[in-house]
Amino acid sequence: MATPIIEVIKVKKSFRTGDRQELVVLQDIDLRVYNGEIIAILGKSGSGKSTLLRIIAGLTKSSGGNVHYRGKPVTSPMPGISMVFQSFALLPWLSVLQNVELGLEAQGIDRALRRERAIKAIDMIGLDGFESALPKELSGGMRQRVGFARALVVNPDVLLMDEPFSALDVLTAENLKSDLLDLWQSKKTGLNAIIFVTHSIEEAITIADRIIVFSSNPGTVRSDLKVSLPYPRNDVDPRFRHQVDRIYTLMTTEPKGDQLKEGKYDALDLGYRLPLATVAEVTGLLELLNAPEHQGRMDLPDVDDLFPLTELLEILHLATVSEGDLTMTAEGKVFAEADILERKRMFSVQLKKYVPLARYIYDQLIHHPRHRALEENYLSLLEDYLSEEEAERVLSAVIEWGRYAELFAYDYHSGVLSLENPH
Amino acid sequence: MNFIRETFKSAYQARAYPNYWDLIALLFVLSAIGLFAWAGKQMATPYQLGQVIPISLNPAVLPFYAMRTVVRMLIALVFSFLFTFTFATWAAKDRRAERLIIPIIDVLQSVPILGYLSVTVAGFISLFPGSLLGPECAAIFVIFTSQAWNMALGFYQTVRSVPADINEAAHMFRLSAWQRFWRIDVPFSMPSLLWNTMASMSAGWFFVVASEAITVSNQQILLPGIGSYIAVAVRAADVRAILYAILTMFIVIYDQLLFRPLVSWAEKFKAEQISTERVAESWVVDLFRHTRWVRLLGRKIIHLFDLFVNIKFFHRRNLRMSVPATEEKVRRWFGVLWMSLAAVLFALLLFFLSRYIRENYSMGMVVEVFALGLITALRVFIMIVLCSLIWVPVGVWVGLRPRAAQLIQPIAQFLAAFPTNLLYPLVVPFILYFHLNPNLWLTPLMILGAQWYILFNVIAGVSALPKDLIQAVDNLGVTGWLRWRKLFLPCIFPYYVTGAMTAAGGAWNASILAEVVSWGQVVLTAKGLGSYITLYTTEGNFPCIALGIGMMCMLVLLFNRVVWRPLYLYAVNRFLLE
Repeated sequence: MATPIIEVIKVKKSFRTGDRQELVVLQDIDLRVYNGEIIAILGKSGSGKSTLLRIIAGLTKSSGGNVHYRGKPVTSPMPGISMVFQSFALLPWLSVLQNVELGLEAQGIDRALRRERAIKAIDMIGLDGFESALPKELSGGMRQRVGFARALVVNPDVLLMDEPFSALDVLTAENLKSDLLDLWQSKKTGLNAIIFVTHSIEEAITIADRIIVFSSNPGTVRSDLKVSLPYPRNDVDPRFRHQVDRIYTLMTTEPKGDQLKEGKYDALDLGYRLPLATVAEVTGLLELLNAPEHQGRMDLPDVDDLFPLTELLEILHLATVSEGDLTMTAEGKVFAEADILERKRMFSVQLKKYVPLARYIYDQLIHHPRHRALEENYLSLLEDYLSEEEAERVLSAVIEWGRYAELFAYDYHSGVLSLENPH
Repeated sequence: MNFIRETFKSAYQARAYPNYWDLIALLFVLSAIGLFAWAGKQMATPYQLGQVIPISLNPAVLPFYAMRTVVRMLIALVFSFLFTFTFATWAAKDRRAERLIIPIIDVLQSVPILGYLSVTVAGFISLFPGSLLGPECAAIFVIFTSQAWNMALGFYQTVRSVPADINEAAHMFRLSAWQRFWRIDVPFSMPSLLWNTMASMSAGWFFVVASEAITVSNQQILLPGIGSYIAVAVRAADVRAILYAILTMFIVIYDQLLFRPLVSWAEKFKAEQISTERVAESWVVDLFRHTRWVRLLGRKIIHLFDLFVNIKFFHRRNLRMSVPATEEKVRRWFGVLWMSLAAVLFALLLFFLSRYIRENYSMGMVVEVFALGLITALRVFIMIVLCSLIWVPVGVWVGLRPRAAQLIQPIAQFLAAFPTNLLYPLVVPFILYFHLNPNLWLTPLMILGAQWYILFNVIAGVSALPKDLIQAVDNLGVTGWLRWRKLFLPCIFPYYVTGAMTAAGGAWNASILAEVVSWGQVVLTAKGLGSYITLYTTEGNFPCIALGIGMMCMLVLLFNRVVWRPLYLYAVNRFLLE
């Protein structure tokens, strides 16, 4: 453990929201990446983990602190650091071969050598035979392979990956993960470190040596865990499950040992970043919990994006999470067994009780002479706490819940919230 | 693996002898080169103002005139591309430039195209004294103005909408600005750029015909071309000559339709493939596809393009993300300088403009011209309503029948490209014979070419309607007016608005020609802003020309802002099917 390859020192990132406040996305991030490590940055969506990856890549400027790559400060994309994107980011008008050649072209390498190296990278990643195909002819998994070939052909020292498997279906993702690990272990690539961002605990444990757990608002490093299970890691292995539960607990409890499990979501702010889960997901999970084989208590399900869902259940006091188990509350049980009208009524009660934003909107509408309010008011309110995009997402989630609960109505075209339903 | 590749390659090369398609294609290319050389030489002919270039009405010369017209068109196209690639790119990449360039283009777009001719022709003639190059430049400039704005705005918008992840990837792999332009911006915009180019060329024919016979200060300059041929034929009241010209024009524009496959080819640049339109067949593309040498040539071209993109000179000229502090300071000063320069320029312009207006115009004049403008606006409005009543039902009927749509759609696009000003004179004898009121009966002329935009946009809208929507509505037993109200009208609305907007723009432009029509010695005039501009252009009265053009420009801008843009935004937000 000599000198680190990448060193992140006290990095901070903030945006100005509206005209008043400064929204801090990342605070005092310290991270050292050493030779031979695969590092997972794990966090809920909105925790700023992708922003950190982009700062390391030199794509985004930090608001404070430094990033060093082999001793040199990173201010723009560096030779030696390469990246794989969540959405693949392939150029649709270039063939697979031309896409892979892109980075070499930028380095000014001449045509013959370019071609030779690109074909080698394509063979290595298992795309042989697809050289002349256009990206749109390929399936998602094959497209991401092109993304990998394009990133690896420049012989990078460090590979950054931004949720590289989350746009793929489960089987394809598994396949690509194990191929990536094989490639890494075979040492054919000359890679010295991999840093990737994910929101899936399983994915992080399957691949990484070290997991950096992020907590949100603002994004900070919650903990730095070593994973010492031997490869290939099996997700039904009890040690694997134990790790999942431990990390889940870490991610959902406050630091500083305030282990007041009960009532941890009782006093939310108006501007709390509400989890973006839908009513249908909540209902579905509660019904599953209530099924005879679970009896109201189950292991955390292996859903792609689990946190918003469990968080919303906890906020609404319909279920609780502890020690990696999901347990239905009494209200949750009533809800799961109720008919549709009763569910709506209950949902409305829980919303008013536990979601300050929903309660606030409802109160304002009650007191307004014509029972109307503009969506923009709430957006600008939320923008004191959240970025513009997130404010929009949170508000539209609350509107969806409120409409389901028949707390209020909303007109898409005028952006007006009101108490009455359309005639 | 390698062995197979090598064998295949050598076998391929061994068969690279020319086939008979090569000869034809070669002929094609050589004659195109010859044509340009010839036309270039003709353009530089010595010429004095007042000198009359003899235009022969002999149909045998028509092909040559047609060639001259086409060459003008192509030269203008080259300049339009240059303008698009420089100014639109600049606006898309630099916020300061954007704030200046885009509004200017927006205003330039609403200036009537023939207004550019009236204003610039004198300048161009004095720029090249004693040569025909002056009027030639004026004509080419007019065609340029009918293409460039549209192309530039379209390019600017697509360059700005390059997905963020693709830009990030380009940044990550450290492409130079030059490489990024050719590898990302241009290919990404290709489908819309080609489509815009085709649409602009369609509009261009109208103006190329009009700009060849220019009248400056009562002196008519006739540039050899189809437009002049028509002008001479009109003066001689020679119906047969006009019919010959129309026939020639048909052939010329038909050739342009051969470029349609290019648009289909550009589909491959699109990120998502939703191939609905069948690839149009064209003998030109077939010819080039069947030709081995040409294919090899194509590969050579790809190779050259590759070298071009990777020119060493442009290497490593990267746009850096973080700027050193000193440079940041310089930049800020530059910004201040830029803003104050713009402010000074603005004040100066305002001063001179107000002085010019006070010296040249009285309030009465302005009011009169405004009233004329309203008359023309009323004409445009009535024509749009009438054409909508006719073409919307027809368009829906055709759009619902894929076979019919496949047949009608190219015809409608073809008719939209046809320069209808060739037909204007033919109306005169008709009006004279029946003693009709020209104020009323010249009106339909302005929409003659533009109406097709409504038709083919409506057809496109109905064709884009998902089949299952129609089936669902039919399944519920929704018929008659209800079916129109709930299904067809909403779904074609965004398309219709696009079509009507284009048609209205076309009608304003056409009014300059359509409100004054002559045949032999007879001149029929309809009262309006268009005829006002034409009459003063003939007289060479520059203050009046400027007033007329300025008024038309402002009216067009006003209608765009108050009517079309809100309508369009509403239509797209509310009714466009995703």
